Amino acid sequence: MLPLFILSPLAALLLLNLPIHRPTQKLAWWVTLLLSAAQAVAAVVVPVSFWGHPSGLERFMTMGLVTDNLSRVLLLSVGLVTAVALLVGRETILIPRRRSGFVNLVLLTLIGMNGTVLLDDLFSMYVFIEITSVSSFVLVAMNRDPDALEGAFKYVILSAVASILMIGAVALLLLVSGSTEFATISAVLRKTSQGFLPKIAMGAFVCGLFIKGGLVPFHGWLPAAYSAAPPAVSVLLAGVATKASGIYALIRLTTSVFAQDHSLNNVLLVVGAVSVIVGAVAALTQTDMKRMLAYSSISQVGYIALGLGCGSELGIAGAIFHLFNHAIFKSLLFVNSAAVERRAGTTDMNRMGGLGSRMPVTNVTSVIATLSTAGIPPLSGFWSKLIIVLALWRGGHFTYAGIAVLLSVVTLAYLLGMQRKVFFGKTSPEWQGIQEAETGLTLSALVLAIIIVAVGVLLPLVLNTFLLPIRGIL
Amino acid sequence: MTNLDIVLLICLVAAAVLTVMTARLLRSAIALALTSAVLTMLMFRMDAPLAGVFELSVCAGLIPAILISTIGLTRRLTPETLEVRRKELLRRFWYLPLIIIVVAIAMTHVSIPMDFPPPPPPAAIGAREVLWNLRHVDLIGQIVILLAGAFGVAVLVKEIKDGT
Repeated sequence: MLPLFILSPLAALLLLNLPIHRPTQKLAWWVTLLLSAAQAVAAVVVPVSFWGHPSGLERFMTMGLVTDNLSRVLLLSVGLVTAVALLVGRETILIPRRRSGFVNLVLLTLIGMNGTVLLDDLFSMYVFIEITSVSSFVLVAMNRDPDALEGAFKYVILSAVASILMIGAVALLLLVSGSTEFATISAVLRKTSQGFLPKIAMGAFVCGLFIKGGLVPFHGWLPAAYSAAPPAVSVLLAGVATKASGIYALIRLTTSVFAQDHSLNNVLLVVGAVSVIVGAVAALTQTDMKRMLAYSSISQVGYIALGLGCGSELGIAGAIFHLFNHAIFKSLLFVNSAAVERRAGTTDMNRMGGLGSRMPVTNVTSVIATLSTAGIPPLSGFWSKLIIVLALWRGGHFTYAGIAVLLSVVTLAYLLGMQRKVFFGKTSPEWQGIQEAETGLTLSALVLAIIIVAVGVLLPLVLNTFLLPIRGIL
Repeated sequence: MTNLDIVLLICLVAAAVLTVMTARLLRSAIALALTSAVLTMLMFRMDAPLAGVFELSVCAGLIPAILISTIGLTRRLTPETLEVRRKELLRRFWYLPLIIIVVAIAMTHVSIPMDFPPPPPPAAIGAREVLWNLRHVDLIGQIVILLAGAFGVAVLVKEIKDGT
């Protein structure tokens, strides 16, 4: 069944771009929405054991795809956020030709993300990370205004550095182990991990993933790309695209390939803590809503790195849980910023105020996302942060645990500051005529807000279905 | 390493520098194709014919073809602007060839410790077996990357050409 996750979007892309013009253009958006929604549903409903069943395609091609509960969490996030990005795109990309280009690129990104999530071969994973990146560059630059082109340019340049590091590392690991499969590399590294070349390879690949994931000090491209991209693209990038190509790959490699090297855990702890601090402090000083959310994203990814750096089952489970939660609450915040941008025509928070009474759905869902991001109980973000802090404490990393807790307060401060500036207070005369955002935006916001509340309230179910089985990968 | 390898390596670096230093996009694309062609020769000399064939067909053939067709959709720079660009590139990156030469000389004095047991020799598998049975997913991946490039051109460049 697994090849369908790659071949279905590919087939859709080819069929929808046949020279039969008008009907396929209209169909494209619906087909892509259906594919991503079906993926999200399949990730929840279909058990992992079923996905290994032959689909008939194996007679023609061997793709070497594998899945476990970790991939399942990612497939769910990818399906959900892609569907939301499409809904946002329908409301915010108004030129039909550009919207058609957007849908095609979303399909390509979907192929890239699904491949990255399902492959257990380092070179193949690199190829699919590149697919995600190439599609993302174009998506960021799509509006072709100077900011978008600058954001895309920074992304291309730093991503090229990441690619060189990663492909160089793949070559070195091939030299050392004679293979690019995770299992073979891991087996060889268990014997030679202290060698010079394996260390260089591991360092280079991890640095490449840090760049792709936007961790400090490799985050230079991220605020420019997220804030300059069209709103729907910001949702896709911040929600899953950079997380699948950077952070998921990091989790997969640290658990499956480089697990024997504990020095990597220390690097993850330091980079994670610095990212949490720098992202949060920088977010405090921003006046542009999207730019602030971009820095907030860096900070939250730092939490994931902290969980991963613990090296324990609890820490890794917390990291994966926070990866999912981040996909949901950050997508919601970007959907809200899209709604505000559509109605107010700006994302400058200093110019806004009192939009809450005019945009009640956007306001309430933004509060939910804010509280979840800051880790306020009983919302989903609270549990993942709690698990990460517990893992840090149990692992004896008391300073890092303190940083994680303290910076949650800072997170609450800058996000509440955003709420105050944008939604709370008396509506200024400039915004008196504003109405709630379009259905696509409010529907997306409501769905994501419900998920945040439901995951928080139904934690035992989530724990048993997704998180505890993840231990199987360790 | 033979003298021919050293000559090829110098040609490779020269072609790569020309790719990034030239002010004309078309020349840059052709220099990129030249870089890939030299790399192909090196791959053949290093007993990697399969990689060489791919490098030649995709990197020296298909990718420059896509780049050149994309450049065909752009507007030509005026000679004055071109001259300004050329001077600007030289002013900003004059040290690039120097760095490459210094690093290359330094690298000849560095010995990398090969402190790991040699991996088992690769099985003698034919190109067909590798492409169609072992690396199937990579082939699909490469096709999708090319599609991403083509759709990127359509979104970013063709729209400008059509005036939308």
